[in-house]
Amino acid sequence: MQFLRTLRQTTISARIGMAMVLITLLAAILAPVIAPYEEAEVVADVWLPPGDGHLLGTDQLGRDLFTRMVYGARNTIAIALLITCLAFLVGVVGGLLAATMRGWVDMLLSRIVDVVMAFPALILSLMVLSIMGASIPVLIIVISLLDATKVYRLARALAMDIEVMEFVEAARLSGEGTWWIITKEILPNALPALIAEFGLRFCFIFLFISALSFLGLGIQPPAADWGSMVRDNAGAISFDMMTPLWPAGAIAFLTIGINLVVDWFLHRSAQIRAR
Amino acid sequence: MDSLKKMVVKRLAAGAVTVLVVSILIFVGVEALPGDPATAILGQQATPENLAALRKELKLDMPPHVRYFSWVSDVARGDLGRSLTNQRPVAEMIGWRFSNTLFLALAAATVAVPLAILLGMLAALYRESWLDKLLSISSLSAISFPEFFVGYILIAIFAVKLGILPGVASIHSGMGFGQKLLAIVLPTITLMLVVLAHMMRMTRAAIIGILTSPYIEMAKLKGVGRRRIIYHHAIPNALAPIINVVIMDLAWLVVGVVVVEVVFVYPGLGQLLVDAVSKRDLPVVQASGLIFACTYILLNLTADVLSILTNPKLRTAN
Amino acid sequence: MDPLLSIRELTLKGRGNDAWVTLLDKIDLDLRRGEVLGLIGESGAGKSTLGLAAMGYTRTGCRITEGSVMFDGMQLVGAPRKALLALRGTRIAYVAQSAAASFNPAHQLVHQFAETPVQRGIMDFDAARQKAERLYRRLQLPRPERIGFRYPHQVSGGQLQRAMVAMAMACDPDIIVFDEPTTALDVTTQIEVLSAIKEAIQLRQTAALYITHDLAVVAQVADRIMVLQHGRQVEEGGTRDLIDAPKESYTRDLLNVRRQKKTTISPSREVVLEVTGVTAGYTKRKNVVEEISLKVRKGRTVAVVGESGSGKTSLARVITGLLPAAQGQISFDGAVLAPSLKGRSKETLRRLRMVYQMPDVALNPRQKIRRILGRPLEFFFHMDAQAKQRKVLELLDMIEMGPEFYDRYPSELSGGQKQRICIARALASQPDLIICDEVTSALDQLVAEGILKLLQRLQDQLGVSYLFITHDLATVKAIADEVIVMLKGRIVEQGPRDEMFIPPHHDYTRRLFRSVPEMDPAWLDNLLASRDGDQLGYFERSDEPVV
Repeated sequence: MQFLRTLRQTTISARIGMAMVLITLLAAILAPVIAPYEEAEVVADVWLPPGDGHLLGTDQLGRDLFTRMVYGARNTIAIALLITCLAFLVGVVGGLLAATMRGWVDMLLSRIVDVVMAFPALILSLMVLSIMGASIPVLIIVISLLDATKVYRLARALAMDIEVMEFVEAARLSGEGTWWIITKEILPNALPALIAEFGLRFCFIFLFISALSFLGLGIQPPAADWGSMVRDNAGAISFDMMTPLWPAGAIAFLTIGINLVVDWFLHRSAQIRAR
Repeated sequence: MDSLKKMVVKRLAAGAVTVLVVSILIFVGVEALPGDPATAILGQQATPENLAALRKELKLDMPPHVRYFSWVSDVARGDLGRSLTNQRPVAEMIGWRFSNTLFLALAAATVAVPLAILLGMLAALYRESWLDKLLSISSLSAISFPEFFVGYILIAIFAVKLGILPGVASIHSGMGFGQKLLAIVLPTITLMLVVLAHMMRMTRAAIIGILTSPYIEMAKLKGVGRRRIIYHHAIPNALAPIINVVIMDLAWLVVGVVVVEVVFVYPGLGQLLVDAVSKRDLPVVQASGLIFACTYILLNLTADVLSILTNPKLRTAN
Repeated sequence: MDPLLSIRELTLKGRGNDAWVTLLDKIDLDLRRGEVLGLIGESGAGKSTLGLAAMGYTRTGCRITEGSVMFDGMQLVGAPRKALLALRGTRIAYVAQSAAASFNPAHQLVHQFAETPVQRGIMDFDAARQKAERLYRRLQLPRPERIGFRYPHQVSGGQLQRAMVAMAMACDPDIIVFDEPTTALDVTTQIEVLSAIKEAIQLRQTAALYITHDLAVVAQVADRIMVLQHGRQVEEGGTRDLIDAPKESYTRDLLNVRRQKKTTISPSREVVLEVTGVTAGYTKRKNVVEEISLKVRKGRTVAVVGESGSGKTSLARVITGLLPAAQGQISFDGAVLAPSLKGRSKETLRRLRMVYQMPDVALNPRQKIRRILGRPLEFFFHMDAQAKQRKVLELLDMIEMGPEFYDRYPSELSGGQKQRICIARALASQPDLIICDEVTSALDQLVAEGILKLLQRLQDQLGVSYLFITHDLATVKAIADEVIVMLKGRIVEQGPRDEMFIPPHHDYTRRLFRSVPEMDPAWLDNLLASRDGDQLGYFERSDEPVV
């Protein structure tokens, strides 16, 4: 009921955003059902135009582009989601610990984060990938650690702001332990901002992985993935074909959708706080 | 004045430390390759001569700290080593490409910065108007677009369909300035768009934050006109945050150039880095990574220092 | 003679979350040349909104739906922007509550002073600078020839407020709107600003709207007073008449609020808290409290009085163990306490509780009332769900709140209700001592009075002791058995309350006590005229000719 009531209060742009996210997610989850062919199945000639049993035509190896798109959604979203979750796990735990314990824990973590953040993320990951080789586990570890630094900064700042509020001091004066203070007093109040950040961070990571894949250093073939699909089909553009624009557009489609929802969410929680 | 100097010196020192840490990290990163780095780099099938050459190249016969310092002093002298794939000196490969990258970034910045500040100010002044809403939606989309999406759309329209602009931004030293500019129109627009959107949004937020402050209301109640409120009351206070955003975005721009260079096959440092990474040409990766990182750190440092210098409260603190 | 400013049937609405809310409801107001009208009311009365509307200004999200504002024959409602701008700053000027926020941090004071006169071509910068200097001197600002070239953050709050009064007078306006100009200041500073304002008004026979929540303050400057409540006019009358013979019960309540006085009771024997020779600081070099010794007896209230920066809140932090004492000893019910919170037993924490100034941030906005009040019961007494519910309802009843609040969030409560919940939370663990840190300062006067009465009733009922930290002497009178006066981290004087309100005293105590405005229109004049005023060091009068 509560959910439905909230849904009715959404703005038009938020509803559009939700629909965009929902469509992409459904495609990703139902990929094996929706896709007319196998993920890596070569079914026809190279770079066929849309139509003729191939909704979006075929790719550079003659695979059905629509099938690749649907599976691509599945792979890219799953990996981006996993990375976002890992980044949040590490970043939020670190940030909350730093804010509540202060002292050397805070010093150490914050200095490490400062150094990592002084380094441009794309360059750093390119260098690590060149040393360790491009593989999915390396990709996941590197990007989630890189993004954990940003989550850490936010979580720490939020927790610091909440920590100085008197209800936290009151809990301290009652003799409540650190665990209670973190989970019951601080976290619930930091949650709205963290949820919004989760959406934005996911977008960022999604774009980042796509960029790496586009550069040929992300998700490796034969797994379908939007970024590498753009790269592999880039040549088609000079034959006046739309092929690489489909996966590129799909990336934009999902990130715009998430941004619209997050925008509405931020606006709404700001209003609730002002009340 | 003293505390101001102290703050600036502190930031500069922090920047220097960061560069040092970065250089160590880059060095250690290469060191950390499992097993014999030479074999790891060249693979099991490498000839003994190649391996020996590489070992000497990497100075593997010396202890790590000696190697680090000799590497640093080499870098300081401009000797960045030799490429593993074509044996050419890295410095020679990088110099021209880096200037190309800067040229592209500069072109994008020249257009994006004034435009972003102007649009951001307009959006803030006419808040909630159709202009503001339009800018808000379009900048949100621009931020969500991957650069290659924008790039290929531009190529599809202007190079393939209309045929009025080159889709491949190939430039070489023999070209005139005008020709070069024409070649980089599309990559410049692509690169500009994302930065423009972000800068505009931040400028708008900074100005709105100031326009809702009590001293602006006071100025209105003193009978100060709208124009003067902006120029005399809002801008001096908005300067620090805006400069900060602009330079941070420039730092981002120099790095973000990598993808755009690949899209347009532009002979820049980013393209070189990506190539080197896929070939695992470590000396080239090391050198171009270091250059990118230092540029990024330098720009961030400039942002820090300038925002201290332009903050009226800090500037006038005794 | 026609009034200078005449407001008729003014109705103003503001956009709320869902609908338009009426902020001002059919207000009528007249202001003649050289007259001062006091606008008084609690928060939400619409007094600031009315003050701004008198300048033809409405804040974003507000609009005037009805009525007229006539200034010297000119209709301000719906007047063109240019015409309004021409009036503001030159003929109607404004003095804001927080000068620190209302001066532009990027410009020197004198440039902000000169802005309107120079922009309008009334005088050149040099003339404006000289005028600023004369006004600064007249308003007792130190080094009037130099202070104008300082930036706002380089000048103290009281001085800044006076500089803002000077700025309002730059073009010799016909009307000045003062919006709570002394509310954010300490009492001794308030006197300085108040006398500056009085001086300013008398200088050129300027008319003024003086907005405040404090009747005693407005009584010192106003010729007439208008009382507002929830955007409506309650009553209006001459200052003396209104104070001596208020017609409406709301006005009477406002008048009586500061006249509460606790009946004197004999000191009890038992000492609950004893602090001996305590010194503490956040850094090793600088102490915030020094050599503090005090006793709190069972069932009694000790009030700690002091202005901002006196170290009274730090003292509370030392006693609770948040700021461990570097020297000295704190004993509670005969046993010596560990200096820091970590070393104290759960039983100690149960018996020593605290209530804060800002109820908004003292309650976790994500927890319902039942959770907030239930937690100490569960934590200290391990009550089961049923016992907890019974006890929470009992606590609600004790603080005069019904069971309907059991399932609510703090955001659904008013400020006073929130503060009651904070008190109940402290009571839940059945403490012996509650430290109350400015618990009434963030509340409206009538609400604050209710809280004080509640605290007193609870003390009579439960025998709990209070250490009551406050800057407000009316509060001290209403609740304290003993009083401690603090200045710069040290105790300057302490004793039973009745003795403290009788001279002679330490210089600071006298100055502090004499600075509290009384509900007597002649109070400020008398104080300024008395030799006491000079002795108290409020003013170093300069007899130079002005303007």
